[in-house]
Order: sequence, then C-alpha cells, then structure tokens
Amino acid sequence: MSAEAVRIGARRPARRLFVHQLRSEQLVFWRSREAAFFIFLFPLLLFVLLGSVYSGKFEGLPVVWRVLAGLISYGCANTAFAGLAIQLVLRRENGILKRLRSTPLPPATYIAALLTSTLVVFGLQTVALFLLGRSLYGTPFPPDLGSFVVTIVIGAAVFAALGTAIASVIRSAEGASAVVNFILLPMAFLSGAFGPTRGYPAVLQAIGDVLPLTYLVKLVDAVYLHGQGVWTQPEALLILLAWGLAGLVFTIFKFRWEPQAR
Amino acid sequence: MPAIEVSGLRKAYGSLEAVRGVDFAIEEGEVFGLLGPNGAGKTTTVEILEGYRRRDAGEVRVLGHDPERPGPDFRERIGVVLQQSELWPNLTVREIHGIFAGYYRAPRDVDEVVALVGLQEKANARVKSLSGGQKRRLDLGIALVGDPDLVFLDEPTTGFDPQARRAAWEMIRSLRSLGKTVLLTTHYLDEAEQLADRVAVLRDGRIVREGTPAELTTSDLQTEIRYRQNDEEVLVRTDEPTRVLAELTSAAVARGEELEGLQVRRPSLEEVYLALTAEHDEAEA
Repeated sequence: MSAEAVRIGARRPARRLFVHQLRSEQLVFWRSREAAFFIFLFPLLLFVLLGSVYSGKFEGLPVVWRVLAGLISYGCANTAFAGLAIQLVLRRENGILKRLRSTPLPPATYIAALLTSTLVVFGLQTVALFLLGRSLYGTPFPPDLGSFVVTIVIGAAVFAALGTAIASVIRSAEGASAVVNFILLPMAFLSGAFGPTRGYPAVLQAIGDVLPLTYLVKLVDAVYLHGQGVWTQPEALLILLAWGLAGLVFTIFKFRWEPQAR
Repeated sequence: MPAIEVSGLRKAYGSLEAVRGVDFAIEEGEVFGLLGPNGAGKTTTVEILEGYRRRDAGEVRVLGHDPERPGPDFRERIGVVLQQSELWPNLTVREIHGIFAGYYRAPRDVDEVVALVGLQEKANARVKSLSGGQKRRLDLGIALVGDPDLVFLDEPTTGFDPQARRAAWEMIRSLRSLGKTVLLTTHYLDEAEQLADRVAVLRDGRIVREGTPAELTTSDLQTEIRYRQNDEEVLVRTDEPTRVLAELTSAAVARGEELEGLQVRRPSLEEVYLALTAEHDEAEA
C-alpha cells in the first residue's frame, strides 16, 4: 500500500493530495450525524413540511415551486455559510487546523478540498430537493441547466467566502452554532427564502435589500422559475459577487489557523 | 550535523519577553528534554522550531532548514504532538491514521503505527470512545505515521494517571530505538530524568542549566554526608566528598569509634531543579 502511495505521490503530488483530502472531508462530513442532519437533511425536511402546507398559485406559479426555489437558496447559505463556518471554528479551536499545518498538506490544497467538499454536499442536496419535489409535488427540473449550475456554484462560492469570514471572528467552538444561526435565520426570512417579503414593514424590507441571500433568491427565481439566463440579472450578480469579495478579503486578513484560547 | 541548532533565540509577546536568548543543539538520534515550570518559555521555543511562530532574533536550524522559510521536505521530516488537540470524534483510529498518512510521500504502514502506539485493539473504535490516555497515543501515532526523523512532543503526559504515564514513557523510549531525534518539553522532572539523554532547564526564557541528568546532579548541589555523634545528627555539605569522607572515617577509625548512621547522598535531580527554579522566586520575594 505504501509502495503504491510513493509511486503515485512522486508523480502527481498536488492532485493526489487534493483527491485524498476531498475524500477525507467527505468521510468526516457524512460520519458526523449532527452535520449530516442539520446541514444536509434539514432543508429537505423543511421542503416536505412547507410543500405539504402550501397549495395553490401565487403570481401565476404554483406556490410549491416558489418554496423549492427559496429552499435551494436557503440550503446554499445553510451549507456553505453556516455549515462551513461551524466546521472551521470547531477545527480551529480543537487544534486540527494547527496540526494540519505541521504536515506537508499545503494550506491552499486544504482550503480547495474543503470548499469542493462543501459544494459536493450542496450539489447533492439540490439534486435531492429536485427529486423530492418532482415525486411529491410535481415540481419541474431547471429549464436552463447550464445557467442553474452557474447560479448555484456562484452562490456556494459567495456564501463560502462569507462563512470563512464569520469563522474568523467567532471566538469559541461553543458559540459558533448560535452566532451563525442568529445571522442565518433572520437573513433567510428577510431575503424572501421562506416566502415573499412584500408584506413586511418598510424597515425590514430595507434590511433585506442589502443582504446577499436576497440576491441569490432573485437569481434562483429568475433562472429556475422564469427560465431566464443567469446573465440577465447583472445587478443581482454584481451585488452577490461584491459580498463574496468582501468576505474573501476579510478572510485573507483575519483568518487564523490556531486556537484562540491558550 | 546536529538535528537542531539554536543560538541567541529571542521572542517577545508585546512587553512580555517569553524567550530571552536561548542556545542549544540537539544531535541526531538524541532525546532532548526541555524542562521548566509553566511560563518558562518551553512551548514558545518549540513552536518557533516547528515553524508556527516567527522569532524576534537569533539563529535557528532544524534539519538544515530555517523553520520560517522551510524547504519542501521540512514538513515531510517532522512529526508534531501538540499540547492540546481534539481530532474528529466520529472517525476511527485507523481512519485518522490513514488520513494523515496520505499527506506524506513515504508514510509508514498504518496498522504498524497503530500497533506501535498500542492502539491495535482500538483500531476500529471511534475517537470519542477513547480514554484521555488513548487519545494522546492517537496524537503520537499520527505524528509518527509520516515516518519523521524529528519528533516534537510538547508535554506528552500532562494529565495522565501514573499507569498511562509509564505506558507513554515506554513509547517514547521506543522512538529512540527507531533512531528518531526527539525534542520533549515537560514540567515533570522524573519524566526528563527517565527519558532524556540531555536536559536543558529553562526559567524565565533562559536556559539556567544544561547537561545529562547525571551531570546536573553532580555539578550543582553539594554532596551531603550525615552521621550521628554523641546522639546528635551531623550534616556536612561538601564539594569534595571523597576527601571529607576519608578524613572523617580515618579520624573515627583512629579514635576506635563507629560513625553511627553514616550516609552519603548526592542530591536528586528534583532538588537541583527546585533549587534552580526557586532562586528567582527568592530574589523577587
């Protein structure tokens, strides 16, 4: 086994390391029942619940289609923002990140594998949402698959950047889940991921207008519900990418590999 | 070439000078103990050598590398056991060894390492089911799975019960027989005495004594000679025990007396250590 590892390792160390780390991340994720439940299963359960509660049409489209579109956006923030942030804080405070830095695994490979693993989880979740929707409520698959894939990959990248940024400011593993959900749940309501915000007070709508999830919801609505190309929404794309860039810059300056408490 | 060479090493955190000019060298295959009370600068020194912290001044070579700008094979050749770390609770002992083995070009066989650290019966157990001592052995196992030449052990037995400590000591001894260079920090004296070929005592960021455990006990405190005369305890402290003892005994023999309860004692390493680390406290008091 080790002779094989030497031979392959000597030839393609970077790619071998990436694949190895991606597999390790998947093992760690699915083995943790809490993560698998709250990150992967929770949006699916929410969909089944809301889908069975709402029926009829809203602005010409079945409400359950809108519920599905909103939960894809919510799932994106839940997986790439909340899930990633909580995992990173736990790993940092438990000394896992520090320990990894003493190994030959390059930090860039580690981050790339972790982000890819997050995207894999979110991708599987999206597929599961569509299959559930199709079999339970007769929801359609995305009309323009290319645009849809671009949309969710951009969404996952933006929320992953925000997730690493928030992980950089959370100080303790105990508080991570509370802080992240304190941000995620209000954001989901104010952005329209759980239903239209038109009836909300003006001040809440104004807050919703600056949140990144609002613009992912807009994009997913346009691409999935209305069959438009992703490039037809330049404003939403720009605002999303600006949030992602802000998260990335913040992460670059503030991210730490070592536990806070000493 | 020494495995580690350190000269004039300094490091401050703000106004706190954690390391104030430390020099030492560790030969290949040597087990070197960095001994000192909490806050003496042990962990700061080790973390500079591991490449975690930047030094303020001084020269450092670890396996021929400057740890601040290490070459590509530096991390292939070191193994690190941190003071505190908690690995993924839901993975098994073998899985975690496998993950870390994958980071190295020429890892050791996973099952061999699991057996080396005495976890073969727990190979398929999840980390959360391990005892504290078993978790520390897992830490050591993943530090060894890359087959490093140099192993850093930062307080490897802190918080262990006596039985677990003895088991850990056995493992560290087995590292020596594998030819590894080991840098061990500890605030337990008996640990340094049991394991280290050479010991440096660190206090307030400086090395106050360095040598083999035997050298430390001979060079520092005076030998004590005790006996009883006229029902009174007599205690003689001397740097020349041979001469003093010869005089005492020949005088006693000449008088036809017996030196009752005659004892000759070298101070233990513990007494040397306490004397070294107490000087400062007395000066401050």
